[in-house]
Amino acid sequence: MTVHFVWFVAAVMGILAVAVLGRLISGPTVSDRAVALDTFNTFVVGIMLLLAVGYDSVVMVDVAIVYAALSFVGTMFIARYIEGEV
Amino acid sequence: MAFFILVIAALLVSVFFNSLGAVSLYRFPDVYTRLHGATKCTTFGTIFIAVAVVLYAVGRLLESGENRFWVLIIHTLVAMMVLLVTNATGAHAIARASHRSGLAPAKAVVDRLEESCSRGGASQ
Amino acid sequence: MFIFFASFLMYLLLVWSGSGIPMIEVVIGLLMATVVTFAYKTWHPEKRLSKRGLDPRRWFGFVAYLFGPFALGLAKANIDVAKRVITGKIRPGIVKVTPALKSDVARTLLADSITLTPGTLTVDIDDAGAFYIHWLYVEDENPSEEQLYGNFAHWARRLAE
Repeated sequence: MTVHFVWFVAAVMGILAVAVLGRLISGPTVSDRAVALDTFNTFVVGIMLLLAVGYDSVVMVDVAIVYAALSFVGTMFIARYIEGEV
Repeated sequence: MAFFILVIAALLVSVFFNSLGAVSLYRFPDVYTRLHGATKCTTFGTIFIAVAVVLYAVGRLLESGENRFWVLIIHTLVAMMVLLVTNATGAHAIARASHRSGLAPAKAVVDRLEESCSRGGASQ
Repeated sequence: MFIFFASFLMYLLLVWSGSGIPMIEVVIGLLMATVVTFAYKTWHPEKRLSKRGLDPRRWFGFVAYLFGPFALGLAKANIDVAKRVITGKIRPGIVKVTPALKSDVARTLLADSITLTPGTLTVDIDDAGAFYIHWLYVEDENPSEEQLYGNFAHWARRLAE
């Protein structure tokens, strides 16, 4: 029963992640797009944690850790680019 | 069983805050205010997802006693710490970069950073 | 040396799969820890890690801070921001405060705490240690530290200086 609910929440999070992409496309400045991308990445990490429960496999959590760390590196690079240092 | 009710409660809280984070991206007027909503709400919501996964693993661990649920707990806690640190720092980096690129906060009543930059005192 | 042991133990923690660790993983862990230590030494040749960071009381203090005042501040922050998102009542601005913190770790800790607590977001820090903070609802153009973040600076000083 709980696992069904976990799948439902994962689906809702997926819809939210797609909704955030609207700001990624329409954002008036580069910074707005970076914020939207950051939010999107956080949602993807949350979805991966939920899928670890849904598929009953720990590997998904490892992927989530690596994804969070790499998305941080990406955000840092975009920030540097906005500052004009790259 | 009580654990699984807690799991559902934590998931409901996380969905509420995550959707607020998504809404705040559309509702607020400029980058800085959007960062407030996007960072705080989504971090809190995703931490609650991690809490829900940990509670679920504890429940299954008490039921079956298999060691792999310990692994799930440890890895989820590591993911939670990574999220907590990287989200706050990433928000800080974006805020600083957009201020240095000359993006003024919309509808601001006061901007001390701009004042001290134009005096030639702080930054750089 | 601290970096070496920390990364080695972290590796072992992450490869433990419920029933013992095979020898090959220990070897890979040692290799990886060596690579990380050399990389650190290459990029930060002069940086000395303070011995005081090894004091276990600081670690317990840190955990207590994380689950006590910080968790409370995080929950309050979210309810506050949720209200602002729904009602749309904002009065943004960037204010300046100067908490007297010297070490980089303490500044990082305070900046992250500020970012995750009610209505505030650190934008910049200058060399003198002044924090420029974006405030979602400015109550006072020259605020005191208390108004902005309660006693977080006290905690940061205790944990990391």
